[in-house]
Amino acid sequence: MENQDQTIEVMRACLLAGKIMLQSGAETYRVEDTMSRMASSFGLSQTHSYVTPTGIIFSTEGEGPERTKLVRISDRTTDLRKVAMVNSVSRKISSGKIGLEEALKQLKDIEEANLTYSFFIQIVAAAIASGCFTIMFRGSWLDFLPSMAAGGMGYFLVVYFHRIVPVKFFAEFLSSFFIGMVSFFFVKVGLGQELDKIIIGSVMPLVPGLLITNAVRDLMAGHLVSGLSKGAEALLTAFAIGSGIAAILSFL
Amino acid sequence: MVYIEQLITSFIASAAFGIIFNAPKESLVKCGISGMVGWIVYFALDANGFGTIFATLMASFLIAVVSQFFAKAYRTPIIIFSVAGIIPLVPGGLAYDAMRNFVENDYSVALSLAAKASMISGAIAVGLVFSEVINQVIRRSSLGPVK
Repeated sequence: MENQDQTIEVMRACLLAGKIMLQSGAETYRVEDTMSRMASSFGLSQTHSYVTPTGIIFSTEGEGPERTKLVRISDRTTDLRKVAMVNSVSRKISSGKIGLEEALKQLKDIEEANLTYSFFIQIVAAAIASGCFTIMFRGSWLDFLPSMAAGGMGYFLVVYFHRIVPVKFFAEFLSSFFIGMVSFFFVKVGLGQELDKIIIGSVMPLVPGLLITNAVRDLMAGHLVSGLSKGAEALLTAFAIGSGIAAILSFL
Repeated sequence: MVYIEQLITSFIASAAFGIIFNAPKESLVKCGISGMVGWIVYFALDANGFGTIFATLMASFLIAVVSQFFAKAYRTPIIIFSVAGIIPLVPGGLAYDAMRNFVENDYSVALSLAAKASMISGAIAVGLVFSEVINQVIRRSSLGPVK
């Protein structure tokens, strides 16, 4: 009986680790790999996992009846620090530095922790990145400040709208619409030179770069379901951004 | 002069993307370096007429190599460094041009631009996976089976 309780606890730890990683934008193979490694360091060598972007099914074979657990993943963000932290917990487990209880405690702390940079710093980062992208796409330095303003505003709006309206598509559409409008305004007033360069630079913080590459990598690694669904998510985001900009361009 | 300008802006842009993706503080400079290396290779190859797809492929391959080096050295997942690095290569500009042409009812130009954008995203992923595969082959062949 004790053994079975232990099995359930191990599964709980594995699924918690997998859930945090998947929500933070880790690749599918890394999630599966981490879960099976953790399980085997705790003595469960026969495990199967099925990881998709919207849920994880994890089952173990061993003494006693087979057990299967499922967790649902409802929202996904990009939080590389959490991926790194879960990774280091799993390393500590495999090297035997921490036991099951300690691991569960650390994972729970990671799940609840809010480790993001402050919202203001994120907006500043998005603004600076937008300005730099305008230069990288051979825009002139005169367009640096306008695209900084438009890009920072766009990033602020996408986070803000996403808080009000849970539909991501709508938030992305609206904020790229406003980016287009503000850029057009800058050019009209004479603050900006090339509308195209300003818009391209300032939508870059919204572009689903992580999703696109993760999608193709998952497909190549044989995780066909996750690859296709991540690709669909990326396509939807790209379509939202594109149609927001297109709505502005059609008025020109 | 152009190259210095591109080096600086690509470094800053990639590090800023590290902040947006919430990469750990100590890895931001490395994110910037991997982005800078990739972008300058892309920029140089593209400027010398090698074609954008080849340039993207080489750049993303190099980003993956650099990221693998950082991941090994600092024992962190490779994704932290590679994601911020490849962001500059993502064909945002092409996708924008494609969209613009769609809106202006110029479908043939729009479709060819869209096809090119998807080829480039494919090239990014192939470059990343290729370097990973080579890394695995080297590890397996020289050190025996690695668990």
